[in-house]
Amino acid sequence: MTDQQMTGAQIVLKALADQGVDVIFGYPGGAVLPIYDALFQQNHIRHILVRHEQAAVHAAEGYARSTGKVGVVLVTSGPGATNAVTGLTDALMDSIPVVCITGQVPTHLIGNDAFQECDTTGITRPCTKHNYLVKSTDRLARVMHEAFYVARAGRPGPVVVDIPKDIQFAKGDYVGPAEVEHRTYRPRMVPETARVEEAVELIANARRPVFYTGGGVINSGPRATDLLTRFVRMTGYPCTSTLLGLGAFAAREPQFLGMLGMHGTYEANLAMHGCDVMINIGARFDDRVTGLLSAFSPGSKKIHVDIDPSSINKNVVVDVPVVGDCAAVLEEMIAIWQARNYTPNRLAIDDWWAQINLWRARDSLKFNQPVEDDAIIKPQYAIKRLAQLTADRDDVFITTEVGQHQMWAAQHIPFNKPNRWMTSGGLGTMGYGFPAAIGVQLGNPDALVVDVAGEASIMMMIQEISTAVQYRLPVKLFILNNFWMGMVRQWQELLHGERYSESYSEALPDFVRLAEAFGCRGLRATTKGEVDDVIREMIAHPGPVVVDMQVDKTENCFPMIPGGHAHNDMLLGPEDEAERVPDEKGMVLV
Amino acid sequence: MSDTVESTERHTIAVLVDNEPGVLARVIGLFSGRGYNIESLTVAEVDANGARSRITIVTSGTPQIIDQIRSQLGRLVPVHRVNDLTEEGPSVERELALVKVNGSGDRRIEALRIADIFRARAVDSTHESFVFEVTGSSGKLDAFINLMRPLGLVDVSRTGVVAIARGEEGLLA
Repeated sequence: MTDQQMTGAQIVLKALADQGVDVIFGYPGGAVLPIYDALFQQNHIRHILVRHEQAAVHAAEGYARSTGKVGVVLVTSGPGATNAVTGLTDALMDSIPVVCITGQVPTHLIGNDAFQECDTTGITRPCTKHNYLVKSTDRLARVMHEAFYVARAGRPGPVVVDIPKDIQFAKGDYVGPAEVEHRTYRPRMVPETARVEEAVELIANARRPVFYTGGGVINSGPRATDLLTRFVRMTGYPCTSTLLGLGAFAAREPQFLGMLGMHGTYEANLAMHGCDVMINIGARFDDRVTGLLSAFSPGSKKIHVDIDPSSINKNVVVDVPVVGDCAAVLEEMIAIWQARNYTPNRLAIDDWWAQINLWRARDSLKFNQPVEDDAIIKPQYAIKRLAQLTADRDDVFITTEVGQHQMWAAQHIPFNKPNRWMTSGGLGTMGYGFPAAIGVQLGNPDALVVDVAGEASIMMMIQEISTAVQYRLPVKLFILNNFWMGMVRQWQELLHGERYSESYSEALPDFVRLAEAFGCRGLRATTKGEVDDVIREMIAHPGPVVVDMQVDKTENCFPMIPGGHAHNDMLLGPEDEAERVPDEKGMVLV
Repeated sequence: MSDTVESTERHTIAVLVDNEPGVLARVIGLFSGRGYNIESLTVAEVDANGARSRITIVTSGTPQIIDQIRSQLGRLVPVHRVNDLTEEGPSVERELALVKVNGSGDRRIEALRIADIFRARAVDSTHESFVFEVTGSSGKLDAFINLMRPLGLVDVSRTGVVAIARGEEGLLA
């Protein structure tokens, strides 16, 4: 027997070590002090002290997404747990494996409105994949191992383990991970062969196909991205990606059409609209992708590969659903394609590419950066230079906050590898990017980690600069400062009669002096001529850097599918928007 | 618009779950959070040794929504099985109601006569009241309760629908 009596706190630490955890993100408090005490007395696990519990979860998300491992969070009861809720919801929406341990008041006080008590499992039930309240120390080890299994199995997600303080003190038996098997939870990994055969036949006979890939491919792992690349190349078909899927199929591949959706490229959205076979691999027909549902890709047969059966037919009714892990499905697709000697319909596919290339020639991501050195900086230009000046490196990780800068980063930075792009897609959490960058840097100590931020978003998590400084993490905070909540301002301009209600970033700090106050480097660029030097200096500096890139205040993010419009109904630029009258049905949509 | 509106269907879904704290809250939270209907919901432990409970839910929605409900239930971690009894062939549905009727004289006799027609049993009696126990489909219970209304109905307690598939197949097996 491996049974050993330990305290609950020791069981937590032992279970983390046995799960291969080397770093956790957290913030202490009364109800987790026994666990912090056990943490103090061991050397396997490194604890990163954040400045706000929300940041702990985002950091764990960044760590998880960049390493493929489970991110771990440790926070106290009450406000510790409620502060973590935004991060947990973010991880749920974007399918990120996180285990969040929360302290709880002792069992005899639960329900008595004790100091720093909240109903953690009640509050987090709808924003976690699963959660536990542990009421016996003997159950604790089992629950810990189950939590890791549930977090990473199938469609990944956050799991909360709520541990009352008396359970942390009491002694109980430890069991190792090998002895724990979940009673019920067995997500389907291997697809039904008949479905895959049906899908491949449809793919082979397509005349205007498009691959539409998502975060599921990245979650499935490197084998899935390799197989995807192989299959897309074998077919010669065009491939677009969701925001979260960027990097699964390399941006440098000629078959890549760029991102699709609300701020996707013209060619990607028109290919989706005009295709006859849509091959959705690991994406979920999110409303940012589909636009107006009733006009979404009206003439196509749709194949949907997803590990989560509830994603199928949720938003869009599909013709061939395939439930399974992306890697398993792609492997079988390739095997069937080869065994049956399928070849694409060369003539039809050539015509399709000719059409796509016409769309591409519109160059929908173009922007007008004036050439003079003293010209105003266009935000797209700053991002493009960031990408170009780091293109020689193989170890660049980008995180973002939420808004215009996020879309420009997705549009203008080519991602050629998976797990290099961390952004809050589903929940759209301002403040995500900087703590996520901290997590990425801890998982990839020698990498160049840049948070492309907006000045409004970063103000929501500005305190985390202190964390970066404490642990000497050389993360780069690259603020595109346009003095506005840019995306809000853009919608107000286009849809609300230019009434800029509460969207101006009043009373901003001086970001350079703010950086210095935190004890790190601050840099600023206000003209085009300064951009390259500032980026070079940012990269060269060995510690954390805050860059205040002051950009054009009025630039809008194009192309854009306004809410309630279809893929073939895009605004390509400022010339387009003049003719538009916003319609009320579209305005209701977010 | 009207041609795109799918007709709604009423489905009875049996869910076998681990009998652990919070499992009912998960199911109910799923329905309220995603805006699905609950017409009735019953729950009780059905397998004490295996600590498993059975939840029977009567819900309504378009076929696409019903499909979503099944998938979303199946995704909950403590759920063993989800069976759509309406979809999967013939099933037996029963509901039990306790109905309290106050009255005297002719009204009292009429209540007893109707109870007899519905095969309801009087499980409690005073000179001024009866409590009837009546079992059957929800429609039969509705009819009985409506008939009792003018005869002095003062209280109703219903269990909600329990259901089981006809034939040899069993959820616990």
